[in-house]
Amino acid sequence: MADGRGTGFFGSVDANRHLLGLQGMHPSRIEPFLDLAESYVLLNRQRKTQRDLLRGRTLINLFFEDSTRTRTSFELAGKRLGADVINMSVSTSSVNKGETLLDTAATLNAMRTDLLVVRHAQSGAPALLAQKVEASVINAGDGTHEHPTQALLDALTIRRRCGRLAGLTVAICGDIAHSRVARSNIHLLTAMGSQVRVVGPPTLIPAEIDRLGVSVHHDMESGLDGVDAVMMLRLQRERMTGGLVPSAREYFRFFGLDAARLARAKPGALVMHPGPMNRGVEIDSPIADHPEQSVIQEQVEMGVAVRMAVLDRLSRSQDR
Amino acid sequence: MRLLFDNVRLIDPASGLDRPGRLLVEDGVIVGTDLPNGDPVPDGAAAIDGGGAILCPGLVDMRVALGEPGYEYRETIAQAADAASAGGVTTVGVLPNNQPAIDDPALVRLLRARGDETGRLTILPYGAVTRACRGEEMAELGLLREAGAVAFTDGTKAIGDARMMRLALSYARGFDAMVVQHPEDPSLSRGGVATEGELATRLGLPGIPAAAEAILVARDLRLARLTGGALHVAHISTAETVALIRQAKADGIRVTCDTAPPYFDLNETAIGDFRTYAKLSPPLRPEADRLAICDGLIDGTIDAIGSDHMPCDADDKRLPFAQAMAGGVGLATLLGVTLARVHDGSMSLMRALELLTIGPARLLRSTAGQLASGAPADLCLFDPDRAWKVSAGQLPGHAKNTPFDGRALEGRVLGTWKNGRRVWG
Repeated sequence: MADGRGTGFFGSVDANRHLLGLQGMHPSRIEPFLDLAESYVLLNRQRKTQRDLLRGRTLINLFFEDSTRTRTSFELAGKRLGADVINMSVSTSSVNKGETLLDTAATLNAMRTDLLVVRHAQSGAPALLAQKVEASVINAGDGTHEHPTQALLDALTIRRRCGRLAGLTVAICGDIAHSRVARSNIHLLTAMGSQVRVVGPPTLIPAEIDRLGVSVHHDMESGLDGVDAVMMLRLQRERMTGGLVPSAREYFRFFGLDAARLARAKPGALVMHPGPMNRGVEIDSPIADHPEQSVIQEQVEMGVAVRMAVLDRLSRSQDR
Repeated sequence: MRLLFDNVRLIDPASGLDRPGRLLVEDGVIVGTDLPNGDPVPDGAAAIDGGGAILCPGLVDMRVALGEPGYEYRETIAQAADAASAGGVTTVGVLPNNQPAIDDPALVRLLRARGDETGRLTILPYGAVTRACRGEEMAELGLLREAGAVAFTDGTKAIGDARMMRLALSYARGFDAMVVQHPEDPSLSRGGVATEGELATRLGLPGIPAAAEAILVARDLRLARLTGGALHVAHISTAETVALIRQAKADGIRVTCDTAPPYFDLNETAIGDFRTYAKLSPPLRPEADRLAICDGLIDGTIDAIGSDHMPCDADDKRLPFAQAMAGGVGLATLLGVTLARVHDGSMSLMRALELLTIGPARLLRSTAGQLASGAPADLCLFDPDRAWKVSAGQLPGHAKNTPFDGRALEGRVLGTWKNGRRVWG
């Protein structure tokens, strides 16, 4: 129940059955996801990728917000593991007819859904669903709260390139305030022993973010100084209409990633972006396409492997 | 019809009375509080043995939202009366944010009459400051006052426009009525659902800076000084507001304020797992603010405690946090939660009861809230030590949205009387 008194951030729901967020997750629970995902990377590079681990299981991609990348990634991950994958998006669902989130939950229970991947514009919506559905719920992005699989795939990308996470310095740049990607990455990377910096104009840095164990920078030059990886975040158009940033050109002038700014980072530092990119707003095209330093396409590849690992582990927790 | 309360501890904050004794009621009116224990029961009187429990005036709750008119599915007046009686409350000040808003004299008369019809609850309506509580044109304050409105407020909506607030304070002064403000600068609070800070950042919830409260209060204190009008700041919740009002009182500005139990018993961590029952307006605050509210209660900066009873339908609350309706029910838990501050040693029992009886009664210009001879026998009998646990599903009344679900309390109402008639227990 949304109204029930819980003991932790996700109430009484079984933390091992769902993946709702990474806040408070111990490295001993994070590492198995990364290790398993690593093995799926190798499998995915073979010609025959189909597995039957999830044969007979139903995975529903329930997307209340538009997404191509994440939905496709989960769809591919589910299919490679042999699940029956169904995509439900807001434009075709009954939510538009006034059905509440919890009515939807009841419907999904009746359909005997095993794995439910949820994206929703409201923070906490997957947690609310998790209290009502029998399926394992995977948060595929909720409001400005968390996007755990994105952070796992980012971590896997860094770990494969740098060989470790502990001791690295990672700068997360841009609209931190409205970014679930930033929050999940902060939780994961700080738990794994990385130093995390957040970089952005004060209007896009949320209150007391330093309490999450990060340092705050308001200029790219100091923020990127000596870092091992730079994560750029997408700047959404409505931040400009909302007055948090005056214009795209001003934003790029001070917070866009170009070659000169990247030169402040360690030689060979990774350039990352969760996509979709606004070229010329937060990232200069040559940097986004940099053959050695940009790992943006690799992040997409890691995404499928990480989601296979998540589906794998959660489905096993159901078997117990 | 005579009724004798025997073997009780009489507490009347209005007169400072606190001693074991007896209280005699005749035809619904208190006729004596000074009958020695042990004397024979007066002729024809039915005796109630209080067993040493406390008998105090029926509680006066100065901030209650009713579902009627317009939102009967949330809670009807009869259901609110159930909750009130169970909580020892016999008089309520009710907000005007209904459908329609209480911006017409006929609606004020209707609410007063509907309260009397329950036989259990005196309803003292606030009149809207502006038509439909929209903040644009002033309502007919004079006619509302004449019809029985006890003060003016736009209830859950802040009067954001400084000119409108100035006019209201100034005009209401002519009718000897205070203006009650919801203290949140609307341009700073717009879209926010939690206090800005670490917790809201972690949860990814849009924040409201705590300063949004002090900013509006500071403005209104200047307007009160400018107009000479009486300002009442409702459900204050931050340390900064307490300090501002404390200073303003010292400066002689006509200002009073109340707070609600969530703000001195809970802090923002109550929303930790997106618990919508703890979504309130103003939002719950960090612990330092809660402690400052406790100080304000003790030192007299805060004049009254109102439950801020806000019934919500289950469907208003079973939503993602930001979309859920703000507010919690509070009538049935008002006394118990207030007594928690007595049991933890921070407040005297007399002061706690003052904040629940004569304190709010004075603000509402009501004769309720005292054990005086000739006063209506609105009474609350309670055991200050009896333990119970708040359970949302088992609350009296209709709405279940308590932010105190699961809270263990000490202090339980044993019986409530309205005009000498037992209405609960």
